[in-house]
Amino acid sequence: MTSAATFLLADGRFPAGGHAQSAGVESAVRFGDVSDLATLERYLHGRLSTTGVVEAAFAAASSGADDVRLDVLGAELEARLVSPRAREISRRLGRQTMRAARAAWPSDRLDHLARSVGGSHQPIVLGVMVGGAGGSPLDAATLVLHHLSAAVTSAAIRLLALDPIAVLALQVRTLPMIDAIVVEAPVWADAEPAALPAVGGALTEILAQDHASWDARLFVA
Amino acid sequence: MGTDHDHDHPHEHPHEHDHSHSHGSHVHPPQPGIGERPLRIGIGGPVGSGKTTLVGALCQLLRDELSLAVVTNDIFTTEDAQALRRAGVLPEDRIVAVETGCCPHTAIRDDIAANLDAIEELEARLDAAGTAVDVTLVESGGDNLTAVFSTGLVDAQIFVLDTAGGDDVPRKGGPGVAMADVLVINKVDLAPYVGADVERMLSDAAERRPGRPVVPTSLVDPSGADVLADWIRDELVAWRSGVSATVTV
Repeated sequence: MTSAATFLLADGRFPAGGHAQSAGVESAVRFGDVSDLATLERYLHGRLSTTGVVEAAFAAASSGADDVRLDVLGAELEARLVSPRAREISRRLGRQTMRAARAAWPSDRLDHLARSVGGSHQPIVLGVMVGGAGGSPLDAATLVLHHLSAAVTSAAIRLLALDPIAVLALQVRTLPMIDAIVVEAPVWADAEPAALPAVGGALTEILAQDHASWDARLFVA
Repeated sequence: MGTDHDHDHPHEHPHEHDHSHSHGSHVHPPQPGIGERPLRIGIGGPVGSGKTTLVGALCQLLRDELSLAVVTNDIFTTEDAQALRRAGVLPEDRIVAVETGCCPHTAIRDDIAANLDAIEELEARLDAAGTAVDVTLVESGGDNLTAVFSTGLVDAQIFVLDTAGGDDVPRKGGPGVAMADVLVINKVDLAPYVGADVERMLSDAAERRPGRPVVPTSLVDPSGADVLADWIRDELVAWRSGVSATVTV
């Protein structure tokens, strides 16, 4: 795409509630899994290659999908989110993205997703939004991983007071990994929903469930 | 709670309150959409200025006549919920906490998506339970003087300052001080102990926000919030009659 719309979609100020997402970093910090730049980089690699791949695949597969395919994709993604909390958060983020998406790039497909009970999952809403903005499956997949990288790193900066310039360099080091993941996007775009990746990390889901039980949280998840 | 109030009859004010000055200058035509959902009131201000205490006081003053809901952006613990429940301020199922990722001002101003989602979900749940909400109070996490609620999130807002937080704060101003519909100078009872000049705070504040109300309060007792409870009652009447402009205190 590389249009002005790309930059709007990638902007951290995009008003869909992403600023309060740590992508599991709040839990990882508490349990000592992430404590410095080296462990943050390891964590980011872990998320990109597990939940990141799944979400990127579903966003790519949704970007040009019709209503029937969107419903199947929704059910398939639901099956890949084992933790009730992970499902809840995914739907909540989907509703929040929907609010901005319908104002920005209204479409019948978004209206269809908005009618599903409890709202649609985030990667699917995001994929349809990117498609509506003129983006490709590759754009949708890349955007998912960009926002995942941003959520992980900005949460770590806030929770651990890391040097933001060193964190930026860390993000740049992971760019080849993101580029390598998203080359699959054209394949995902046409794939049978059941054949899409199902590699969400078990630890991610366990930590999400635990995080929901905390007495006080700074981040949604 | 919420079942005994009556939308058709104006409430009885618990004390003397002159309404003659409240609505006179607000002759705006009704706008579509206004008044069709609960009135949403934002309560913002720095850390420790008394936002949570004010919410508690307003709930105690209004809960018997109105169906209330609270969305808090404060770091809300089970302990807080239990404290509110023990004090009988509001049932726990009427209070929802929203996490703000360490940036309270972002959640009320720049990216209101999570708060809107939580408000709509809470209001819909209470509506489905047959206790439709009249007023939703949205409490910001404690933040700086530039924090202000988006008009996309709330219909009117209160900004709370602490007398003991420095009597030069109103002079510093900022969007919160200048733009809030009501500015509260709280804990005025502490002024003698911290050497704060309340009169100066009130006059500085008035200068920063010409024509907008500034209210000194002490919330040691909930009745200290009487004037703000009256303001909310007036706001609700105006809201339901389709008037968008806020009424004066």
